[in-house]
Amino acid sequence: MSQNADNVVDHFNLFRSPEYVDMFKTKKENFENAEPTDRVEEIREWTKTWDYREKNFARDSLTVNPAKACQPLGAVFVAVGFESTLPFVHGSQGCVAYYRSHFSRHFKEPSSCVSSSMTEDAAVFGGLNNMIDGLANAYSMYKPKMIAVSTTCMAEVIGDDLNAFIKNAKEKGSVPEEFDVPFAHTPAFVGSHITGYDNALLGVIKHFWDGKAGTVPVPERVPNEKINFVGGFDGYTVGNQREIKRIFDLMGVEHTLLCDASDVWDTPTDGEFRMYDGGTTLEDAAAALNAKATVSMQEYCTSKTLEFCASKGQEVLAFNHPVGVAGTDQFLMGISKLTGKEIPEALAKERGRLVDAIADSSAHIHGKKFAIYGDPDLCYGLAAFLLELGAEPTHVLATNGGKDWAEKMQALFDSSPFGKGCHAYAGKDLWHMRSLLFTEPVDFLIGNTYGKYLERDTGTPLIRIGFPVFDRHHHHRYPVWGYQGAMNVLVWILDKIFDEIDKNTIVPAKTDYSFDIIR
Amino acid sequence: MSLTVEQTKERNKALIDEVLEVYPDKTAKRRGKHLGTFEEGKSDCGVKSNVKSVPGVMTIRGCAYAGSKGVVWGPIKDMIHISHGPVGCGQYSWAARRNYYIGTTGVDTFVTMQFTSDFQEKDIVFGGDKKLAKIIDEIEVLFPLNHGITVQSECPIGLIGDDIEAVSKAKSKEYEGKTIVPVRCEGFRGVSQSLGHHIANDSIRDWVFDKLDPDRPAPFESTPYDVAIIGDYNIGGDAWSSRILLEEMGLRVVAQWSGDGSIAELENTPKAKLNVLHCYRSMNYISRHMEEKYGIPWVEYNFFGPTKIAESLREIAGHFDDKIKEGAERVIAKYQPLMQAVIDKYRPRLEGKKVMLFVGGLRPRHVIGAYEDLGMEVIGTGYEFGHNDDYQRTTHYVKDGTLIYDDVTGYEFEKFVEALEPDLVASGIKEKYVFQKMGYPFRQMHSWDYSGPYHGYDGFAIFARDMDMAINSPVWALTKTPWK
Repeated sequence: MSQNADNVVDHFNLFRSPEYVDMFKTKKENFENAEPTDRVEEIREWTKTWDYREKNFARDSLTVNPAKACQPLGAVFVAVGFESTLPFVHGSQGCVAYYRSHFSRHFKEPSSCVSSSMTEDAAVFGGLNNMIDGLANAYSMYKPKMIAVSTTCMAEVIGDDLNAFIKNAKEKGSVPEEFDVPFAHTPAFVGSHITGYDNALLGVIKHFWDGKAGTVPVPERVPNEKINFVGGFDGYTVGNQREIKRIFDLMGVEHTLLCDASDVWDTPTDGEFRMYDGGTTLEDAAAALNAKATVSMQEYCTSKTLEFCASKGQEVLAFNHPVGVAGTDQFLMGISKLTGKEIPEALAKERGRLVDAIADSSAHIHGKKFAIYGDPDLCYGLAAFLLELGAEPTHVLATNGGKDWAEKMQALFDSSPFGKGCHAYAGKDLWHMRSLLFTEPVDFLIGNTYGKYLERDTGTPLIRIGFPVFDRHHHHRYPVWGYQGAMNVLVWILDKIFDEIDKNTIVPAKTDYSFDIIR
Repeated sequence: MSLTVEQTKERNKALIDEVLEVYPDKTAKRRGKHLGTFEEGKSDCGVKSNVKSVPGVMTIRGCAYAGSKGVVWGPIKDMIHISHGPVGCGQYSWAARRNYYIGTTGVDTFVTMQFTSDFQEKDIVFGGDKKLAKIIDEIEVLFPLNHGITVQSECPIGLIGDDIEAVSKAKSKEYEGKTIVPVRCEGFRGVSQSLGHHIANDSIRDWVFDKLDPDRPAPFESTPYDVAIIGDYNIGGDAWSSRILLEEMGLRVVAQWSGDGSIAELENTPKAKLNVLHCYRSMNYISRHMEEKYGIPWVEYNFFGPTKIAESLREIAGHFDDKIKEGAERVIAKYQPLMQAVIDKYRPRLEGKKVMLFVGGLRPRHVIGAYEDLGMEVIGTGYEFGHNDDYQRTTHYVKDGTLIYDDVTGYEFEKFVEALEPDLVASGIKEKYVFQKMGYPFRQMHSWDYSGPYHGYDGFAIFARDMDMAINSPVWALTKTPWK
């Protein structure tokens, strides 16, 4: 008997006991019609080859293990970043169950969102009644200050018109006439979650800056000295937004964080469930029209939003998820130039400390080859930091990256001797990455939780940076932006490098002469 | 101070009335039919079920795609399951359900991978049938050891009128009768994941069973003791800790549905002598079909907690001869000391603790016995996507006066927990952090909170330990700020 009341054995070890191992063997031999072991080995070996890689890269219809999600996820992300705002997804309800689970698994936090629960009848007759009832129910039950509506692929295919539907619902008294219901069409078959972020954020600011869907006069822009800051879809939003606030406060920059989800995805356990916490206030969202400029941390996540800001007469400035010394330098200098505020000594000191840390440790990173995957901006920021550390970001892959992104990545590679031979893969997935790692191996892999399958199959150690990270806890509480954020990234990379060195030198009387206590 | 049953019923009624007050009248009327109190002697729990969720509430339900791909088909390990449509559905359900299996992933097994046609706007405009055909070709090149393919339709497929059946048929023919199963599990169909289970069952009937030569002999030598496990998804290894008991009592398990299952096992099942059914909700359809068409009887069983396990082992054995009946007694006796040791260890720490459940499938009733084995009491329960026959079956488990909530909304569930103050809330990931913030110990009863297995005798020890660690964790003493 495997189980033991004194020391309960769970799935990690239970199924390794002989009776279970025998059971698996009998099942496989008698009932599974399993492939012969040598055939499995033969194919497994073949998948490591250049021949397989060529066939793998020749596919143009099948996607395997993509590193992207769909638009509505980004729209829900945006909604929770505004004060007392309830995300409302117009479409089939199963999608919302998925978004809520996905965010909860990453942030280990509640994720509130409702849907209009459209089913077959709505597919035939349209979802207007679902919108009318849905807004009324959500409003009376969850007492939001704003309901931000987005769509699913279903509502888009049948062509539901959100603007008209919301108007109609208001006429029917679902919510008061003056209640804020910004909206965005976010079809899942266009772009990815970063497109959804862009569309939904545009939907919110357009609502306030363009006269609330024609219900009030378009407000006149009265420019002031404030800066709007947009983080983009970011798995580190809790740590990052707080770090950015700290930096702006240190610099004395008056700012509005547009879409600040740092509190709602980091609520205390103190006996109270806060469905809403923090977030950009609706007053600030409206007043953000008057800002001098809008700064985005993620260009590919905010292109339409920035275009709209520019059309209102604001200066716009976009970065590509800056990580590291030069990235943060550019960010701070950009902000300084925009605002005329000096970068304070405290930040210069932080910079020096980061450089100090790099100088202490870069010998361990120098010349190491990395593969990176994730959203286009994150990939750019991480690759730039690796180049700065003297590492080679050999394969950089973004399933939701386009040709323009690949060109920008190439320009980055070309700017550094460490970028020689590095390549950006736009529109490719993690099964392509698997072939890359087998045929042109690297030392380390950087990406989200799904990379653990690549780590297992190819033996490339995974450093978890990105979204989602389900199987490690609390990393989202640490910033990756600013000099202190770069320090976190540096430490995560170094920890993995040292763990690998230790693993490689741990066999007693064989390899442990290098099992050093000082590294 | 404990209430009498009558007082409990009064309290529940008042509580339900209070909760309904927040809704607009029309919604209050609709939701009111789903909330109630179990009355002893009644044939069901007195609540309406399996109807459309109210728009705008935070329902916990999923969709038909989740029921088909996420539950029934996804765990069949040697087939490739295409999430046909946009990228999201496959991405969010990617490896999220912990259906354990043994195999070389990406070579001869594929459960923890995400295959999608990643629909783009042009596929919506021009249709995705050609792309689907091409995808099947590409799968054949890159994954030559796959034993079949399913096409799991996402919402747009049905709306734009793609003919996935025609593509599947043509490709199956081209690849010499290969099993290619189109599944019309678009998310907008039905009112929850439940219809997806049914659709998936029907697709097994039509595209697996009906394609088999009726005179084909079993690929193994049949015995009088051949059974199939139906409706165990092997979450955290549940089906394994169940299978081992069936085999120990002398039965031979010829198929596992669908956790750690293979297409060969599906095809073997019509040769079984008895189907043993764990998740009635998701697989009663195919069990009934096999009974009608192949004459295979089926029996429901419950492998949560020693009381129900023993009952179930005896009931299963009742379908066989004395050899198996003796085998069941032998197994029960063998594990009795372990179970006693587990109960002796944990019952004193859990005695009298109150639990509120909200889950899917069979768990809102099946786990009640396991809690009772530990001296705990379930004071409220409900189903995400149960039907009336589930609520009928629940009457055998719940006590008079138990609060029942069907398709509970986030709002209702919070209010009920606040009012009844259980010692443990047991539900899913979307509910977990809400209740933990409120200071209530919580266990995820879909995924076993990444622990498990919970089925069988080996699983009960883990279940008991986990409930203890949840309820008696020192963290709950820290939730109140001491100076406030």
